[in-house]
Amino acid sequence: MEENNNTHSPNEPEKSKASTRRDFLKNLGLAGVGVATGAAALYSGHIFEAKKEATGESKVLLTQDGRLVSVDSLEIKSHEKTGEDLRESQSREGIPGRRWVMVTDLSRCRNARKCISACQEAHHLRPEQYHMNTLQMQDSPNTAPYNMPKNCQHCDNPPCVAVCPVDATYKRPDGIVLIENDRCIGCRFCMAACPYSARIFNWIEPKDAAKDQGIEYNAELNVPQKLGTISKCLFSADRLREGKLPYCVEACPNSVYYFGDENEDSVTNGTTKETVRLSKLLRDNGGYQLMPELGTKPRVYYLPPKNRLFPFEEAKDATPEKV
Amino acid sequence: MTMDDNKLTFDKITSDLTHHIRINKGFLVWMGFLTVSLVACLYAYSLQLRTGLGVAGIRDYVTWGLYLANFVFFVAASLIGMLISAVLGLAGMKWITPLTRIAETIAVSFAAVAGLVIVSDMGRPERLAYVFIYGRPQSPILWDVTVIITYFALSLLLLYLPMIADMAILHRKGALPSWLKGTYKCLSLNFTDTPAQNRIINRSIRMLLILLVPMALSIHTVTSWLFAVTSRAGWDSSIFGPYFVSGAFVAGSAAVIIAMFFFRKNYKLQDYITDLHFDNMGKVLVTVSLVYLYFNINEFLVPGYKLQRADAIHLTELFSGKDACMFWIVQIGGLVLPILLLFFRPFRKPLPILVISIAVLIAAWFKRYLIVIPTQEHPFLPIQHVPQNFVVYTPTLVETMITIGPFILVLIIITLISKFFPVIPLHETAVEKGVEDV
Ligand code: SF4
Ligand code: SF4
Repeated sequence: MEENNNTHSPNEPEKSKASTRRDFLKNLGLAGVGVATGAAALYSGHIFEAKKEATGESKVLLTQDGRLVSVDSLEIKSHEKTGEDLRESQSREGIPGRRWVMVTDLSRCRNARKCISACQEAHHLRPEQYHMNTLQMQDSPNTAPYNMPKNCQHCDNPPCVAVCPVDATYKRPDGIVLIENDRCIGCRFCMAACPYSARIFNWIEPKDAAKDQGIEYNAELNVPQKLGTISKCLFSADRLREGKLPYCVEACPNSVYYFGDENEDSVTNGTTKETVRLSKLLRDNGGYQLMPELGTKPRVYYLPPKNRLFPFEEAKDATPEKV
Repeated sequence: MTMDDNKLTFDKITSDLTHHIRINKGFLVWMGFLTVSLVACLYAYSLQLRTGLGVAGIRDYVTWGLYLANFVFFVAASLIGMLISAVLGLAGMKWITPLTRIAETIAVSFAAVAGLVIVSDMGRPERLAYVFIYGRPQSPILWDVTVIITYFALSLLLLYLPMIADMAILHRKGALPSWLKGTYKCLSLNFTDTPAQNRIINRSIRMLLILLVPMALSIHTVTSWLFAVTSRAGWDSSIFGPYFVSGAFVAGSAAVIIAMFFFRKNYKLQDYITDLHFDNMGKVLVTVSLVYLYFNINEFLVPGYKLQRADAIHLTELFSGKDACMFWIVQIGGLVLPILLLFFRPFRKPLPILVISIAVLIAAWFKRYLIVIPTQEHPFLPIQHVPQNFVVYTPTLVETMITIGPFILVLIIITLISKFFPVIPLHETAVEKGVEDV
């Protein structure tokens, strides 16, 4: 995501040397136009002020996509929704003003898999259903193996969203890619399109189907899970709404995860609760994205597995039973 | 042609081409067999409806399995209507007349059933209507739904319009049960063979044929885009559209040859579907196979030369790994060998070409399998910490039955259409042979 920073470089007007008579006349003409424009501007400004006085004062507001705009206070109408409507529109509109990001420090991961269990518990997943999965990676035969927790990258150019035929998976203004499993038709095109294998499917009756009966569906938690529909990492949108860090981020004992807001340029470590500048963290540690060449623009950054805190160990068999 | 044209009368043509329209024992036994098989497959599908897609072998990594391969195959086979009727017909080839209805029947039945196949692949089939309610035009699935419905409608019309004149003849001439006659009368729309009526029908057919070409190209191109719009190795290809279309012509031509053989034999049409037709269809098959071979070489040689990381894994599996056996049998037995054999006239005789066509058609199905499944077995990131059946795709019995079901349905549709309507256009044949109804 790139902000358009409109920095105004002062435009020094070039001084003409000797102005001839013709130039003078031309300048005069220009000045005339300038005066007319100025007058028009003043007049419209006056009208604007007059209107402002007539209605109320202007308020500066932050829009959902993070822009500051000024709006007349009398123009502001409170936007109220309740119950299911509220929840549905909330989960589509996201958390105003935020651009969530995650930073995963590979030098600290020892495959403790605490993030995974916290996640699976929160989202009522079976043991073989991963929103977050720690993979044992080795980039080439001569490079060292390392552990890499992998979740949905919440791509800014998400191929999964592009291909969904019914808008059941969508990108929110705050950067999160969510699923509405009440609408998903189970075509699995999004799974085919996701290059990060981030999506899972409820092939059989979800683990807590019986227990979750009657619970109102929350797209920000994707609970209850539903048979024949998609699930995946949601950046714990429900926790973010409460002002808390995601389940996985908090559960990690090894301070692997940072999570935060790109608009504020700050991320907080889930274990140490230390808050640092996002840009500095990425710059100083050589932060990178997974497969950026695919153009998906992930919102998850990785810090390379250098100076590792733990020796790499082959994963104990974390493979669940056949389903 | 072996036939003595002098002896041809309108009545002889009519009786030759319609004598199979009666309910006989063979038909009942065959339909009984098909119905029982279909019921078994429907039972398998009811299991899937009750317990979810988990009854199939597909899981999170290989998420599209037999059902989708089957879907691609059905769409492919349906394309033949366009090649025979539209391309060869518009090019002015006269010999195709007795084959047009066979090709259209195949097109209609495969296109109709393709729609059902894709429903069997949905996790939530009861939400099918959402595609129309919430449909997003950005998704290739929407494009596919649109073009398949349109193609089906066009093909159905193209099957029906040339039949109107035949219905009128059947209604007048045939010694048939009255309910059947009544149906023909309805379907004939009071056609009385006036020049004005014929002009309208001929014009409409011509327009349909022209419309059919872009529509048929679209259905298979868009189907190929379901894969090509992703960035996965093996699917991320810019020639997928023509690659699929040419492959479809191969499968479809083979299907038509097989259908020709059995119709000719069972309905005693030796005088109308002659060795010449088999010979010509053999030439068509060899031509489209050569085009397909050309695209195959492009599709495998170019990435195989570069061997980019993901492509390398994918191609190694195909060429010498787990899928190598199937790959080489399909490529050689289903493409190279048929081409070589069909170059020789003796192999274009009915029986040899039937055998070759069956091989080609089976290979065509497995080719769809090879396009759909192996790619998903090696995604960009490793598959770890999941059960073995997530890593290696093995179709289940229920899944196989749900895959066979659509074939049975197609056979039922083809049997019914061919049983109750002339397999060979009656009116058109009479006009071409220059015998008039008196
Ligand atoms: S990682 Fe996959 S599922 Fe997540 S946003 Fe990107 S493409 Fe979609
Ligand atoms: S499986 Fe569901 S979320 Fe995914 S593309 Fe299909 S409808 Fe959309």
